[in-house]
Amino acid sequence: MTVTTDSVRSALEQGPEHGKVESHLHPAGSFDVADHEVPTGREEIWRFTPLKRLKGLHADAEFMPSATSCTWNTPEGVRIEGVSGDEARALRGISGLVPNTRWAARVLAEVPSSLLIDVPADTEVAEPIVVDLDGEDVTVTEAGHVALRFGAHSKAIVVLNHTGSSTIAAVVEVAVGAGADVTVVSIQDWADDAVHLSHHQALVGRDASYKHAAISFGGDVVRMDANVTYDGPGGSAELLGLYFADAGQHIEHRIFADHTAPRTKSHAVYKGALQGEKAHTVWVGNVLIRKVAEGIETYEENRNLVLTDGCQADSIPNLEIETGEIEGAGHASTTARFDDEQLFYLQSRGVSEQEAQRLVVHGFFNDLIRKVGVPSIEDRLLTTVEAELAKNVLKDVGSLAAFGSES
Amino acid sequence: MSKLVITDLHVTVDTEDGPKEILKGVTLTIKEGETHAIMGPNGSGKSTLAYSIAGHPKYTITGGSVTLDGQDVLSLSVDERARAGMFLAMQYPVEVPGVSVSNFLRTAKTAVDGEAPKLRTWVKDVNGALERLNLDPSFGTRSVNEGFSGGEKKRHEIAQLELLDPKVAVLDETDSGLDIDALKIVAEGVNRFREREGKGVLLITHYTRILRYIEPDYVHVFVDGKVAESGGKELADALEAEGYDKYLSAAR
Repeated sequence: MTVTTDSVRSALEQGPEHGKVESHLHPAGSFDVADHEVPTGREEIWRFTPLKRLKGLHADAEFMPSATSCTWNTPEGVRIEGVSGDEARALRGISGLVPNTRWAARVLAEVPSSLLIDVPADTEVAEPIVVDLDGEDVTVTEAGHVALRFGAHSKAIVVLNHTGSSTIAAVVEVAVGAGADVTVVSIQDWADDAVHLSHHQALVGRDASYKHAAISFGGDVVRMDANVTYDGPGGSAELLGLYFADAGQHIEHRIFADHTAPRTKSHAVYKGALQGEKAHTVWVGNVLIRKVAEGIETYEENRNLVLTDGCQADSIPNLEIETGEIEGAGHASTTARFDDEQLFYLQSRGVSEQEAQRLVVHGFFNDLIRKVGVPSIEDRLLTTVEAELAKNVLKDVGSLAAFGSES
Repeated sequence: MSKLVITDLHVTVDTEDGPKEILKGVTLTIKEGETHAIMGPNGSGKSTLAYSIAGHPKYTITGGSVTLDGQDVLSLSVDERARAGMFLAMQYPVEVPGVSVSNFLRTAKTAVDGEAPKLRTWVKDVNGALERLNLDPSFGTRSVNEGFSGGEKKRHEIAQLELLDPKVAVLDETDSGLDIDALKIVAEGVNRFREREGKGVLLITHYTRILRYIEPDYVHVFVDGKVAESGGKELADALEAEGYDKYLSAAR
C-alpha cells in the first residue's frame, strides 16, 4: 500500500509568505450564462473529464423535453411536486449556489421547472423519500433542477435513484435548516451508455447535520460535484462516496467543503474499485478553510483498489487554509492493488485466492456501506458490489452464495 | 498418520543485492503426536522456515522437499497447503478491514472442510473456542485483527487452530509479546490441540519461557539457516543457562 498523508502544517507554511495563491477554489460565479466560456478541457475543473463524451452537456447541447421518467413516494407530511414559473425560479439558488460552470448556469437559467421536495420544520420522516429516475432515451440531451428544502429541526432521508439510459445535466440544491438532520443519497446505477453531469450544492444550517452519499456504478461518463457551504456555526457535513468503474467507464467525483462558518465540520470518505481496460476514476477533494472559520474540523480520505491492469485512478486531495485557528485538518489518499499480505493470511487459512480477493473487496466497502446508514439500500449495494466483482475477480467462481449473511 | 518431513530445504529471499540464501539445508521430521521446538537467535531463519512451509510468495525454494503424509507440500498453492492440513499461527497476524471474525472463521472452515459447517454446532464451537481463549463473544463482530491488542491477535490465532483442526500446526513465535496470563491461555489452547489424536506441532520460539507450559518432545537449535543441534527438552534448559553464544561463535 502506498499511503500519503499531509498535515496542516505544511499547507500553512506555504501560505501567507506567498500572498494570495491563485486557486480554483475562489471562482467568481455568475448566474449569467454569457459570463461562462465553453470549457476547452484545459481548465483545472475540467482537466480529467472526457469532454468529447459529454454530448455537449458541458457546452450548448439543447435541453430537450425529458426522456427520463421520474417517480417518487410521498411520506406523510412531505410535499413533493414538480413546480414551474415563479415558484421554480424562486428555488434557484436556495443552496447559495452561484454557478461556476456554463452548464450549471444554463440549467438554472433555462430549465423551466424544478422538482421540489419540501420537508417542513420540525417534521421527522422515518421512511426514506425515494425518487426513481429512469432514463429511456440516451439520444435526448436533457437537464433537470432539483430542490431539497429541509426545515429547521426536521429529519429526513432522500434517495435519488438513477437507472436506465440518459444524457442528463442535473443541479441538485439542498437547503438544510438549522438543527436539521438530513441524508441525501444519490445512486448512479445507470446503463452502460448513460452520460450524467451533476452538481449537488448544499447549504448546511446552524448546528445541522448533513450526510451526502454518492454511489456510482453505471454509466459511460458520470461526473458529480458534491459541494457544501455553511449557513452558520456548528454545522456538520459527512460526504461519502462509493464507486466501481469497469472497462471504459469514466467516474469522476469532486467534493468541495467550503468552511464558511466557525466550528463547522466536514468529513469525507470516498472509496472506489477499478477493473478492466481504461476504467478511469477521478476523485478531487477540495477543502477551503476561510478566515472566519475558526475552530473547524475537517478530514478527507480517498481509497482506491485497483483490481486489474489497465485502470487509472486519479486522487487529489486539496486543502487550502486561511486560518490556523482550527481543531484539526487532514487528508489521506491511497491507491493500491490487493495487499499480498492480506491475501496470504486468508489463503493460509484454506481460502482460495479468488475467495480471498472477494472478502477483501467486500471488507473494503463494508464499513462505508454501513456508514450510509440507510438499511433499505444496504443489501442492494452489497448485491451490486457482488455483481461487479463477478465481472472480473470472480468470473471463474461458480457459487457466490455464502456472502452477505453476516452472523 | 500425520507426518511432516522436511528434507535438505534451501530457501532464498530476494534482496537489493540479489537473492540471499536464508535456509541452508534444513532437515526435520515431525511425526504424529510429536511437538518439536525450534529455538534460535534473531536472524537465524526460524520464521523463514515457517513461512516457506506455508508458501509465502516472498520466499523461493531452491532445493529440498517438504512432504505431509507423503504429499509434496511445495507443489501446492498456499490455500491448498492449508486444506491439506497445514496451519501457520503467525507472529504478526494481518489486518483485514471490514471482514468480521465470524465471517472469516466460517469462510475458512468451509474452505478447509470443503463444505459449510452445520450452523447450530458451528456457533457453539466458535463461542466455545473464543471463550476458552478468554475472548469476548462480541469478538466475532470485529474486523479481523483490526485494532486487536497483541495478545488478542495471538489468542485469535489459537482459536483458529482449535476450530480449523489441522494435522500439523506451525507456531511462529506465538509467545512473543505476551504477558504471563496471556501466555498461559495460549499455551493451554496449544495443549488442547496436542491432546487430539495424531497432531504434530512445530513450535518456533526465541525464548524458553513458553516451554514451561508446552512441553516439547524434541528441541532443535537453529543457527544460520540450519539445525545446529537436536536433543530432548533438557537442551532447552541448557540454552536457558548458556544462551546461543557457543552456537553463534561456531557458525562464524
